[in-house]
Amino acid sequence: MPETTIIQLFVFLLASFVGLMTIHRVPPLLHTPLMAATNAMSGISLVASLVLAGANHGWLGTIFGTIAVAMAMANVVGGFLITDRMLAMFKSDNKKADKAAK
Amino acid sequence: MTDIFIQLAYLVAAFFFINALRVLGRPETARRGMQMAALGMLIAVVATLFHARIIEYQWIVVGIVAGAAIGYPLGMFVPMTAMPQRIAISHAFGALAATLVGLGEYHHGFTTNHLDSGHVAALALEVLLGGLTVTGSIMAAGKLQGWLPQKPITFPFQNISNFILLGIAVAGLVWMIIVPDAWPIFIVMLIVSLAIGVLIVLPIGGADMPVVVSLLNAYAGLAAVATGFALNNNILIIVGALDGASGIILSIAMSKAMNRSFANVLFGAFGSDATAAAAGPAGATGGEMSAVSSEDAALRLAYAKRVVIVPGYGLAVSQAQHQVRELADLIEKRGGDVKFAIHPVAGRMPGHMNVLLAEAGVAYDKLIDMDEINEKFAETDVVLVIGANDVVNPAANSNPSSPIYGMPILKVSEAQSVIAMKRGPGKGFSGVENDLFFDSKTSMLFGDAKQSLIQLAAEVKEA
Repeated sequence: MPETTIIQLFVFLLASFVGLMTIHRVPPLLHTPLMAATNAMSGISLVASLVLAGANHGWLGTIFGTIAVAMAMANVVGGFLITDRMLAMFKSDNKKADKAAK
Repeated sequence: MTDIFIQLAYLVAAFFFINALRVLGRPETARRGMQMAALGMLIAVVATLFHARIIEYQWIVVGIVAGAAIGYPLGMFVPMTAMPQRIAISHAFGALAATLVGLGEYHHGFTTNHLDSGHVAALALEVLLGGLTVTGSIMAAGKLQGWLPQKPITFPFQNISNFILLGIAVAGLVWMIIVPDAWPIFIVMLIVSLAIGVLIVLPIGGADMPVVVSLLNAYAGLAAVATGFALNNNILIIVGALDGASGIILSIAMSKAMNRSFANVLFGAFGSDATAAAAGPAGATGGEMSAVSSEDAALRLAYAKRVVIVPGYGLAVSQAQHQVRELADLIEKRGGDVKFAIHPVAGRMPGHMNVLLAEAGVAYDKLIDMDEINEKFAETDVVLVIGANDVVNPAANSNPSSPIYGMPILKVSEAQSVIAMKRGPGKGFSGVENDLFFDSKTSMLFGDAKQSLIQLAAEVKEA
């Protein structure tokens, strides 16, 4: 097994732990935005799709690459927009309570 | 040299992504978290455009424009009620991108004779996970949208045939590692994985969808991880791992909330045998449901000090979020305190009900998780149950022969009194009879949720 693969396995292990730790702290209140957010972030496969679409490996690779770019891009654009739209709806009651107190 | 810059840009992007998830954990800062993630994405994408393998840009532009055109309406115009199928569709998109990259990279490696076992193992895994996520997600979206029957579809030898397909996929993976340029096997694996995706979602019923959608999220993440291994790309490994972790945590949370194991969801086909078992103990409750008029119900709500509203999926179906918020506002105006008790599986995906109520204008500090609200029912005057059934069924705590025994529930029966709104005196989604509705402190308000809520609000106003 090449050395880079070993290093990648370490990266995978550590990233998984970071993910489990941080996401464990997200309250159920925000689970739907969380899922929409990770969906948007999974659009990172755009990084791999771009290379395939631009590498000129023949028509098959270019077609697959271009469709992959479109799919990943749709997730990035749609994912970030919908998450933001959703989070904008989560409003606190505090302002109202402050007014009532006065 | 450029490669080092690209790698450093990925490092910065990874920092933003991880920090984004951390900040996403609190409603006050969540929006800033998303902006951080978007910045990380921008950095990673721009850096990638300088990748040494990219020699032409016209198809990249085509893909980006097409993707943005597809993504914009999916982000701006999809209603919040359709969120579960919207998310399922984007799992399919992400997985399709991963699958196509896997196929394209394999084709490239094959034509240039650059295939070694490790590389092909990662690509094969990528196509396997990607393929089953694509068809699985499309099936899930179809069921959630109602294009496909919501009922579990079963056929004889279902589990056996699934296991055989899984066995073929694993055998194919091993074969590919031994003989990396056996391309027909690669195609067989793709077809098998597409078939597996269809077959694992087929027997799963509508109510189990939250688990499935979460699980597909995890698979999509792992497909990205495999892409990262195949292309020596750490940012893909990191983000894929974060995505996978989130999917796994949510699947576990959902399974727990539904009192099911993963294996049970995937291989169980709930509806078929459990309903038969449920018919037995149901008769034991005896007693009668006592109906209440909306005038009386409104009076009790108007003069209650502490009210807890339990919204169920029935509320979302009748699109009555706004009416329930109006009712809550009216009770608050009269000096009562209103909270919403949110069961983890109240919607069709994790946290769905919170979004629906937030959209209707309910402040998020009124939306209380199950564990927290369960301590408060004893001091609650009136609980208003709207279209929820199994999640408030005390049999889950008290009746070991009930099919939902052990499921965590909202302990509504501890409150002083309960008003349950229900379409009619029928059974719930899982076909289990609910003792709560026969309890002497429970009054039933039959009818369409939306109509009843409008009426209640009108009468609370006059009370």
